[in-house]
Amino acid sequence: MTALLEIRGARREFVTPEGGRLAALDGVDLDVGANEFVTLLGPSGCGKTTLLRAVSGFETLDGGTIRLDGADIAALPPFRRPVNTVFQSYALFGHMTVARNVGYALEVQGVPRATYEAEVAAALEKVGLSGLGGRKPSQLSGGQRQRVALARAIIAKPRLLLLDEPLSALDRNLRQQMQIELKALQHRLGIAFVFVTHDQEEALTMSDRIVVMRAGRIEQIGTPRDIYRQPKNRFVAEFIGETNLFPVLVERIEGATALARTDAGVVLAIPAEGRRAGERVTAILRPTDLALAGEGIRGTVTRAVYLGADLHLFVQPAAGGPEISVTTRDVASLPATGETVHLAHDPARVHLLAEA
Amino acid sequence: MRRQSVILGLLLGPVTLFLGVFFLLPLLIIALFSVLTPGLYGGVEWAFYHWNYGRVFGWADGITEIYEPVYLSILFRSLGFAAMTVGICLLLCYPVAFWVSRLPQRWRLVFLFLITLPFFSSLIVRLYAWLLILKPSGLLNGVLMATGLVEAPLEILYTPAAVVLGMVYVMIPFMFLPLYGAIDNLDRAQVEASLDLGATRVQTFVKVMLPQTLPGIMGGAVIVFIPSVGNFIVPDVLGGAKGLMIGNLVEQQFLSARNWPFGAALSMIIMSVVLVVLLTAVTRARKRSDTR
Ligand SMILES: Nc1ncnc2c1ncn2[C@@H]1O[C@H](COP(=O)(O)OP(=O)(O)OP(=O)(O)O)[C@@H](O)[C@H]1O
Ligand SMILES: [Mg+2]
Repeated sequence: MTALLEIRGARREFVTPEGGRLAALDGVDLDVGANEFVTLLGPSGCGKTTLLRAVSGFETLDGGTIRLDGADIAALPPFRRPVNTVFQSYALFGHMTVARNVGYALEVQGVPRATYEAEVAAALEKVGLSGLGGRKPSQLSGGQRQRVALARAIIAKPRLLLLDEPLSALDRNLRQQMQIELKALQHRLGIAFVFVTHDQEEALTMSDRIVVMRAGRIEQIGTPRDIYRQPKNRFVAEFIGETNLFPVLVERIEGATALARTDAGVVLAIPAEGRRAGERVTAILRPTDLALAGEGIRGTVTRAVYLGADLHLFVQPAAGGPEISVTTRDVASLPATGETVHLAHDPARVHLLAEA
Repeated sequence: MRRQSVILGLLLGPVTLFLGVFFLLPLLIIALFSVLTPGLYGGVEWAFYHWNYGRVFGWADGITEIYEPVYLSILFRSLGFAAMTVGICLLLCYPVAFWVSRLPQRWRLVFLFLITLPFFSSLIVRLYAWLLILKPSGLLNGVLMATGLVEAPLEILYTPAAVVLGMVYVMIPFMFLPLYGAIDNLDRAQVEASLDLGATRVQTFVKVMLPQTLPGIMGGAVIVFIPSVGNFIVPDVLGGAKGLMIGNLVEQQFLSARNWPFGAALSMIIMSVVLVVLLTAVTRARKRSDTR
């Protein structure tokens, strides 16, 4: 099966005000399946919006190809592409009612009145805005505007929906609710979503696959679990979730585990497979992979952050080096700041990066 | 609260006084004069006299005042010329304003400065320059004949075309600036959204850009229309002063004919007609932008 969207070697350069050149896209390859939810994740300025705009037709590439259903779409103007966008600012038409905003794609196609009315009503219903069709966008709340933008973008049944940080303007509760609704909607519609965010939590909860970008390049593509558990490099590891990074020297192999030591002297047990003594690697341990125990890495609690169900601790290892962050359940006997604790971990949970 | 209203009063007082003395009072005088009897050698006699209006609308007694349908036709011609001026200015300015709004910041400022440049010299001088350009032995005909485009010089000067041309020339900055303001404020994201949703460029222009820039269009149209209806300088210089427009007529009544009440009545008529035309245009434009 070929992918719905195939991007190969996409390049786009901008001239900076200083006169230099900046590659907003620097050789991007990406496939999106017919009803896949793909998230572009990366720091500000890494080229996420530029990539979406290249797909929707508002940005022309300096190199590379974009294929939709196997056909090159470079020559198609935006209004000929079966791709719709939910803009970050929503870009609702302020002079039109909500209903007319939603029906716009049908209106310009010249869809007969009766079909038009029925489809608009159905689309409003789908996003839970029935009854608000007569209002102007300025008379809606942020969340409602978001839904109008969504309804407007899906009414013409695009093959692919592009969403550029659609939830970033919403408050936390509404955002979480919209995350669930969006995901459900994508399921029901059976169309592909390419979703941009720089909120890693959002990316993890919603996506089938996550594309981590940096400076115009793709660092890693994978399922949320892959990205979280098996980041390819430090950048991905640090960008997704909280991470403890330990640059270590492998000291000796003991069966299935190996013992490794940081320069400061913190000792870790790591999987032995493929390792040899004297090698330098980076060990990654997520805060949830460490637990308070009777023995293990000894350290002092410098800060404790209460999170409700969990407790987040920052532990300064006695041996030295950077603080280690640990998430534990909120149990009866909790260590206080300044107390000495021991941190244990399962060697199998350690992920290793070849780079030191 | 009290202190605020005192301060507000102090701030608004001078403006109110100024407008009252220099705007409202003259208006009242004109309104009053328009129903007084013209004096024999200029000036007015303090007696009610409705034939100033009767001469125009057709209830003159036929003895002291004669009904002349030409007044009404001059009024309509003036409205027509003004409407044409508005239309041509709009057609010329819209694309240019659009183009300027997309220039780099520095060039935009240069262009806006150029647009205001004509204000630095006298209107009369500039109109006489047009006279030199348009006259049979003038620049325009010289060029046209030298290139062989025409055989004999074109008779443009002292025609309605010259008047409209002159008015367009005078009024262009007044159309350009409000239009530019509106176009510069155009939400580019909405234009992109429209294209993204499958609207062609023409559809996007009609359904999104035009309604969004409508305030600028209406603003420019109003500012151009009002002075165009009553304009008398341009027809004086380029139209050959044949009482071509209602403004010339008013000018004549006040200056050469010394019939102030009739001039005042004509002024009141222009004012009411312009007011009615504009109110209908604005309300209709507003209504249209609200519905599909
Ligand atoms: N029209 C443009 N002219 C010049 N540079 C541009 C233009 N558009 C984008 N850039 C540059 O290209 C780079 C990528 O921009 P882009 O908008 O794709 O980033 P992004 O990943 O969407 O960032 P954010 O998360 O902040 O939205 C940035 O460095 C930006 O400054
Ligand atoms: Mg962006």
